[in-house]
Amino acid sequence: MEAGFLPRAGFQALLDALHQSGYRCIGPRSRDGAIVYDTLARVEELPRGLRDRQTPGAYRLEQTENPRFFSWANGPQALKPLFFAPVEPLWRSERATDGALGFTAIEPPAERLAVIGVRACDLAALRLQDRHFLEGRFADARYAARRANVFLVAVHCSHPADTCFCVSTGDGPRATDDFDLALSELDDGFLVQAGSDAGRALAARLALAPAAAAQQQAADREIEAAARRQTRSLPSRNLRDALFANLDHPRWENVAERCLSCGNCTAVCPTCFCHSESDEAALDGGHSRHLRQWDSCFTPGHSYIHGITIRADTRTRYRQWLTHKLGSWHDQYGRSGCVGCGRCISWCPVGIDITEEATAIGGGGAHG
Amino acid sequence: MADPQLPHEAQILERVQESPTIFTLRLKFTDPAHHAAFRFAPGQFNMLYLHGVGEVPISIVSDPQDERLFDHTIRVVGRVTRGFAQLQAGDRIGVRGPYGRGWPLKSAENRVVMVVTGGLGCAPVVSVINYVIRRRERFRRLVIMQGVKHSDDLIWREQYARWSGMPDTQVLVAADVGATLWPWHVGHVTELFDKVEIDARNAAVMMCGPEGMMQVAVDHLTERGIAETDIYLSMERSMQCAVGLCGHCQYGGQFVCQDGPVFSYRDVKALFGKRGF
Repeated sequence: MEAGFLPRAGFQALLDALHQSGYRCIGPRSRDGAIVYDTLARVEELPRGLRDRQTPGAYRLEQTENPRFFSWANGPQALKPLFFAPVEPLWRSERATDGALGFTAIEPPAERLAVIGVRACDLAALRLQDRHFLEGRFADARYAARRANVFLVAVHCSHPADTCFCVSTGDGPRATDDFDLALSELDDGFLVQAGSDAGRALAARLALAPAAAAQQQAADREIEAAARRQTRSLPSRNLRDALFANLDHPRWENVAERCLSCGNCTAVCPTCFCHSESDEAALDGGHSRHLRQWDSCFTPGHSYIHGITIRADTRTRYRQWLTHKLGSWHDQYGRSGCVGCGRCISWCPVGIDITEEATAIGGGGAHG
Repeated sequence: MADPQLPHEAQILERVQESPTIFTLRLKFTDPAHHAAFRFAPGQFNMLYLHGVGEVPISIVSDPQDERLFDHTIRVVGRVTRGFAQLQAGDRIGVRGPYGRGWPLKSAENRVVMVVTGGLGCAPVVSVINYVIRRRERFRRLVIMQGVKHSDDLIWREQYARWSGMPDTQVLVAADVGATLWPWHVGHVTELFDKVEIDARNAAVMMCGPEGMMQVAVDHLTERGIAETDIYLSMERSMQCAVGLCGHCQYGGQFVCQDGPVFSYRDVKALFGKRGF
């Protein structure tokens, strides 16, 4: 479909149209020195002119005079917390005085969300979370409830960080599908492209001017330049056999000496889905809430069974994470679990770089 | 469809102490319609919930055609199972399930059935033994191998004696440490493989226990010519959701809670015995 042009001054009209359609808008905001996704009511709340500098173990925002709202790569959160809640109750158990038990499912509040500023890597991650939570043998009712009726406004990435490698995973920087609207940001405004009926209906309310060929070319050039600027890459899109052929590679020990086993990588990873379940009992014992909470394969509890911790050391935990993410995911979800967003590199307190480790271990044939 | 993560109330009708640390809860769902609709296969498990404490995955040991009750044999190993040990007949718990894939009992018909277990807590295969004995005419020879650390650990001891007296049944039991009057072998159960009488081309092997023991058993059995696809084992990993979502039981390309817990050896051998998976 032909793109339309939305002048920068008209961006509030997009938010208003979404609000009028009953959506709560979620978008990028600057908070605590990072870009985070939160409720967005006004265009002034967008991170205008902010740039992110990301290197292994570091994330910094800088204010520039640039008028753009989306001249950064990403923040620590992807879309994951919006649909797979960091902690949420699943059900409630109530015990009557005669000892009888009753169980009631707890559903999340019904809400229509519109997410502004979705990156291509995060759309790819969302597809993987959908596959895990919705398309397996048992669909997850709570994820499904949050995910339903979501309106996604993608923004093609023109400012990748040094840690980004979505080109090598095939997931960016251009958002190609699964959005309602996709925007290309230029200095004076946005090219708007619809990707769904809901997106076309919304675009129709914005009275967009037709985009000029020169504008389209300028936008395309920015995305192509963004792709060229990426310096990191994984050695292959399918490292399953290469990693499993190297389970005793000395590099696992080497990375374990640097890794703090803190779980930051799994918390910021947009595709990690592990969660633990626990009970929160009332003091009088009458009722209890059964919760689930994000978990990490870097904790000792993750592999604990009656007295045995299967992964008691950091070497086996890092190996578990990498061989699952880049290896067994192919068997379970038909592709790698990495979308090249680079978050695990920036947010690792010691700057471990997944592309370096994967290259060292799986980049060249079997080791010993 | 009902929420697969929501437990249903069940009542303990009977509690049997099997050993100082092992007990059996005989249960019935309090909702008659739910109880009537409950179907399972030996080797499948339920998630048992203790109010205010938490859930644990426990295999179902009773006969799938027993419509009156379903049984769980539980060993006290942690917080939840210690709590379950305090319960008595009449108490209520939460139960959801059944989950996972059970033993290949249909395809084992007209074949020799060999059951190999080691260590404590081998309730999953005792359900296989009972299943075969109740339908003896459908199966050929039955070989039972059980290893325990100490002879006092063997639960259902009279049953092993009874089974060994049955026609066409071979029972080989071993204890690493044997007390006075222990009638069986003293040593490791895997030392008894030479005594096994089995037609390798027509056998279905089902095993559970420590993975080291199962690996030794697999090596012996494949050496005897039994195909990897005829050897089934029950795997144990952390399982919290039981519906393939929480990620704890991921094992290579599988989730133990739904692709297992019973696997053919062929399906797990790539990682089997590899420390850390």
